[in-house]
Amino acid sequence: MVKGALALCALVSVLTTVGIVVALLQPSIEFFREINFIDYITGTDWAPLFEPARFGVLPLIVGTLSVTFWACFVCIPFGLGSAIYLSEYARPRVRRLLKPALEVLAGIPTVVYGFFALTFFTPLLQDVGTGVGIFNALSAGIVMGVMLIPTVASISEDAMSAVPRDLRAGGYALGASRLQVSTRVVVPAAISGIVASFVLAVSRAIGETMIVLIAAGTLPQLTLDPRESVETMTAFIAATGIGDVPTGSVEYKTIFAVGLTLFCFTLVMNMVAIRLVRRYREAYE
Amino acid sequence: MSARVRGGLFHAALLVSVAIGLVLLATLLVDVLRKGLPFVDGVLLTSPPSSDPDRAGARPAILGTIELMALLLVMAVPLGVGTAIYLEEYADRERWYNRLLEVNIQNLAAVPSIVYGILGLAFLVRGLGLGRVLLAGAMILTLLVLPILIVASREAIRAVPDSIRQGAYALGATQWQVVSRQVLPAAIPGIATGSILALSRAIGETAPLLLVGALTYVSVNPTLFGDFTALPIQIFQWIGRPQENFHSLAAAGIIVLLGLLLTMNAFAIWLRNRYEKNW
Amino acid sequence: MSETHPNLVRIERTATSSDPPLSAEAVFDVLDLRVSYNGKAALQDVSLQVYRQNVTAFIGPSGCGKSTFIRCFNRMNDLIPGALVEGTVRYHDRDLYAPDVDAVEVRKRIGMVFQKPNPFPKSIYDNVAFGPRVLGMTGDLDERVEEALTRAALWDEVGGRLKESALSLSGGQQQRLCIARCLAVQPDVLLMDEPASALDPISTTRIEDLMHELKRDYTIVVVTHNMQQAARVADRTAFFSVDVDEGGHRTGVLVEYDLTEKIFTNPSDPRTEGYVTGRFG
Repeated sequence: MVKGALALCALVSVLTTVGIVVALLQPSIEFFREINFIDYITGTDWAPLFEPARFGVLPLIVGTLSVTFWACFVCIPFGLGSAIYLSEYARPRVRRLLKPALEVLAGIPTVVYGFFALTFFTPLLQDVGTGVGIFNALSAGIVMGVMLIPTVASISEDAMSAVPRDLRAGGYALGASRLQVSTRVVVPAAISGIVASFVLAVSRAIGETMIVLIAAGTLPQLTLDPRESVETMTAFIAATGIGDVPTGSVEYKTIFAVGLTLFCFTLVMNMVAIRLVRRYREAYE
Repeated sequence: MSARVRGGLFHAALLVSVAIGLVLLATLLVDVLRKGLPFVDGVLLTSPPSSDPDRAGARPAILGTIELMALLLVMAVPLGVGTAIYLEEYADRERWYNRLLEVNIQNLAAVPSIVYGILGLAFLVRGLGLGRVLLAGAMILTLLVLPILIVASREAIRAVPDSIRQGAYALGATQWQVVSRQVLPAAIPGIATGSILALSRAIGETAPLLLVGALTYVSVNPTLFGDFTALPIQIFQWIGRPQENFHSLAAAGIIVLLGLLLTMNAFAIWLRNRYEKNW
Repeated sequence: MSETHPNLVRIERTATSSDPPLSAEAVFDVLDLRVSYNGKAALQDVSLQVYRQNVTAFIGPSGCGKSTFIRCFNRMNDLIPGALVEGTVRYHDRDLYAPDVDAVEVRKRIGMVFQKPNPFPKSIYDNVAFGPRVLGMTGDLDERVEEALTRAALWDEVGGRLKESALSLSGGQQQRLCIARCLAVQPDVLLMDEPASALDPISTTRIEDLMHELKRDYTIVVVTHNMQQAARVADRTAFFSVDVDEGGHRTGVLVEYDLTEKIFTNPSDPRTEGYVTGRFG
């Protein structure tokens, strides 16, 4: 009986997933009855609130991927570098100090990062002469990348710590340097965990809302130039959700269609990441 | 390039990696403090927002955030702890539905926060007809933090040594007696710490609240079934204003928000250190 | 063997003539017991009887299933997933493993003390009071706690500080606390799984003295890897050993069960003789 009550608690999480799927699918199905799916997925003009309305989602996808690219440009090398440092180079006392310090980066609310990107980083980039606009993908991407450094660092470091000491000892005993042992013994041994951290970071970047909403703008442009303003899937959903869109209208349903597109991206990435993490955990436990 | 030089450069590059994040963090904090500190005053904390930056405050937003936290405490913690107890003490791991449950929770932890907002929009605001009210916001945040809470609670429960359970069973206690009188009390410090950390994540969330209707201009104090706003939303609204002073106000709001977060996390760490059990 | 083997260790029996006579009433009657974990047999073909107001010891090399066996008496093996108990264990003529028997009820009558003392992270008082509380025993709780602690020879040491944490006690005190905890629910039987193996020699002696005291009112079964301890405290001793089959799989078996005196001075089975003379094990 107690077990039943507790199982009901557990049921909430199941219902959440069901709810998400239904909430996304139902309006999307209605949406795609009105709007041709091929036009949606290949169209290069996104203007759902204009006359005549256009529903090509590519600008949103490209916008998302553009920002994600710059985020990865920052978080992958620096995250991995931090992980290698913490795992192979740092003394225990230093490690005990630095690890939580990096975690603080992960704990800062995203709206704060958005503020920072818009009011400090963009002007900085402008002063340096890169020619970025007030809203641009570069600023949002780089700041998001810094926010994601702890994600890459902590999972990669976990994976590297799980590599048995014997492997390292074998490398050192052969006369290899710390650089060689780290990069040729430890990293390859921990590779599935490290890749999992990259995949997770990408997934988080794709799903991030506030930084891009504030710093990248809400102008859907199909461009790879990071100095331009772009609109990501998440920014569009947020901006439309804030506004007054009549329930049941096509414009209202775009929230869900884009949401579904977003969800598919992140779902695939998350499943890959989880499978990779399980693989590296199994290898050593 | 000799091996030593290469090794040295590599080491330096690694240090730069670590430094970049920390330097940026420091820059961010300094920048926010510089812009916002002059504006952190009684006006900020006690006045409603206004179109005049000199008279604008964040009172409804601060109250909204506090009320959201209180609701989360009441809703999310029992659900999360209950699920954790079920998974750790009662569920048969071999069963497919229990394994599915675990996978499900793992997936939910990685869903973008805005999708929770969409969930709330579809079911609570429009579906159930709750409207854009505080309760809807609290419910959605509950679902958002549930996976984190479950994981933290499970770890706290798992940390209780099995010898305690065996001793209690051997005395003739039923399973629920063992769980409620031995396991849970011993796990409470860990659960409390985890709950506070989960809550601190929740109060920084903006995106789901945007969709569930934290309106960006609310001048009345939030009530359960009325219009509401929260601190991150208020900050966001101020950022959106073109005037320079509103940016400073936003920075001031950020200082309050970060202060709140710092306090919560410090409390969690203190709790953990004070009640850390050495088995 | 008809005479005492010269290599036998000198045994100091602490039994005195004022001890009660060895009773012949069977508390437990085990028939053809077999315990397996996930299909692999850990213990098989065990049949013996445990008598009232006796101290019965199970001895044998490690891995011979002594702990597995003792856990059958209070159905603690139920808590291990994959464990299967076959055969019969009768307690006062009732089948312990009958489908209508509630394991929780069983454990109220048959208490257990573990190898590593496992006091609850609560006060001394709350540790002893836990059993009576969850079992809904009426009567003065303070009295019950004091009585249990007195019987466990711990009252003198902790009577004045019952609110202190149980974890602040020494190892030997913690184990006596665990014994007091068991006694507080007024069991019929006390199972002790290597109760002194984690303790220093002085604490060990005190626990052994306690066993002598307690056997007047309780039936005691003790698992020990220390032969001398069995010789010192037990009225009857069962010697277990390990059978290795062609596949290399090890299963525990009961070799010999008799009065302790006989096991140690004149064992019937050569394996027993080998163990008690120290030739192996």
